[in-house]
Amino acid sequence: MSVNQVSVFLENKPGTLSKLTSVLAKHNINIRALSLADTNDFGIVRMLVNDVYEATNVLKEENFVAKFTPVLAYKISDETGSLDELLKFFSESEINIEYMYAFAGKKDAYMIFRVNDTKKSESILTAKGLKSLTQEELSEV
Amino acid sequence: MERYYQEEIERAPLEKIREIQNEKLVKQVKHVWDNVEYYRKKMQEKNLTPDDIKSVDDLHKLPFLSKADLKEAYPYGLLACDLKDCVRIHSTSGTTGKRVVAFYTQEDIDMWNECCARAIMAAGGTNEDVCQVSYGYGLFTGGAGLDGGSHKVGCLTIPQGSGNTDRQIMFIMDLQATILCCTPSYAAYLGESMKERGYTPDKIPLKIGIFGAEAWSEEMRRDIEKTLGIKAYDIYGLTEISGPGVAFECSEQRGMHINEDHFIAEIIDPDTGEVLPEGTQGELVFTSLDKKAFPLLRYRTRDICTLTREKCSCGRTHVRMCKPKGRSDDMLIIRGVNVFPSQIETVLLNNGYAANYQIIVDRVNNTDTFDINVEMTPDMFTDNVGEIQARKKVLEDGLKSMLGIKAKINLVAPKTITRSEGKAVRVIDKRKI
Repeated sequence: MSVNQVSVFLENKPGTLSKLTSVLAKHNINIRALSLADTNDFGIVRMLVNDVYEATNVLKEENFVAKFTPVLAYKISDETGSLDELLKFFSESEINIEYMYAFAGKKDAYMIFRVNDTKKSESILTAKGLKSLTQEELSEV
Repeated sequence: MERYYQEEIERAPLEKIREIQNEKLVKQVKHVWDNVEYYRKKMQEKNLTPDDIKSVDDLHKLPFLSKADLKEAYPYGLLACDLKDCVRIHSTSGTTGKRVVAFYTQEDIDMWNECCARAIMAAGGTNEDVCQVSYGYGLFTGGAGLDGGSHKVGCLTIPQGSGNTDRQIMFIMDLQATILCCTPSYAAYLGESMKERGYTPDKIPLKIGIFGAEAWSEEMRRDIEKTLGIKAYDIYGLTEISGPGVAFECSEQRGMHINEDHFIAEIIDPDTGEVLPEGTQGELVFTSLDKKAFPLLRYRTRDICTLTREKCSCGRTHVRMCKPKGRSDDMLIIRGVNVFPSQIETVLLNNGYAANYQIIVDRVNNTDTFDINVEMTPDMFTDNVGEIQARKKVLEDGLKSMLGIKAKINLVAPKTITRSEGKAVRVIDKRKI
């Protein structure tokens, strides 16, 4: 099962990121993982949050452009070589990764992947015995 | 010593000019009535026939033409002669997707080129000069107009066109060019570029600059004169009426003489259309007396200025217009190119963006900068950086092809563009002209 990531458009200027985080703080939304893509004139924030629907709604109300993006999340053990093991599955299956980011839990690490055909990639990886995390599983981390 | 291309007419007493205008106007109104159904209908709506126009005193009775009429009559609706007699078109931007197309017979081109020749000689040019024309050639009237004028005067003409600064400088230096014709902002840029390459004013062969197609200040004139070591003269015109040379500066450099034997100028109240007395500021309106292919009567230029008949020390008697002080519509002139906000709106909507935008024009080192802030919309947003940049590039290309100049697009967050009383502020012009 893919999980929903919230992607938000930001202008590349001081204060825009903190405006975003203050909106989320005000509405008690917890950011679980975050990555930022930046160019010279704009940026895109990609986040996993505890409540994607609430997050998207409040961001829209505050005039942000935000949308869901399906991403794949995998748990790996927090030790040397485990990411390499995981990525071998992707390369064997010729799945192109648009971007990825990570966050570490107490004992495991979590990898978030954006691929171009989420459903297809997921079924190929599942067939190889690699099970992605559901929204619920991710919330419990 | 003051030089004239056609001294007799340029120094004719006012009564003589009026006599010429009366005679030509009566003929021109008849020509338009007979050949342009679009304008004939406009006259009929006012219960006018050519018989009602006996002299310039009756001019105010005639209906106006505006850019909207040109759009409505596009492309051939205002053409007043057979296509077999037309030899060329020139074109400028319209208010939306369609452009203004103006037609010329060979006689029209000759008349127009003579106007430019008057401008070159008024600036001191002779057949011994080497004249580099660095206006754009092609649909734009700048290159063709000054090129033709330069030929009439008998200058050695360098049809350089715009761009390629190194080549521009090479020709100026190697061929010892003495006259430069281009937009003032390009003259300033060329001046800076020559300075950077170590050419001091005493080493630069140029003596005269004829600069037009955009607004420029007295400060900018002094800057350009100093860096290039020249005297810089303003020239005015518009494609609809012919092109550059409708009016030009003389040695006095105080206002531009309008070629009154070819064009009648009026100043009107832009709101009521009422003709205003000499010296009052208002919208400039032109009637083309000699053009056969595209003879516009009472064409509203939207340029705001004043006219004066004060005696000029150069000896010319033709009325002078001041530099246009602004516009009575929302047209911007950026790097010499006419830009209407409505054109930008069209391109934005065609490309899936909302019509929320803001144009920011500034002048840095005497060159116009042109930025457009565009609000990001949910439709245009993806979480893929490359995709957003690709869409932005498509938008930039679309604008370039619509406007003819490049704009820098800045994607901004929604609802960030200043709104006052619910109405967006579309244009911020920071240029001090």
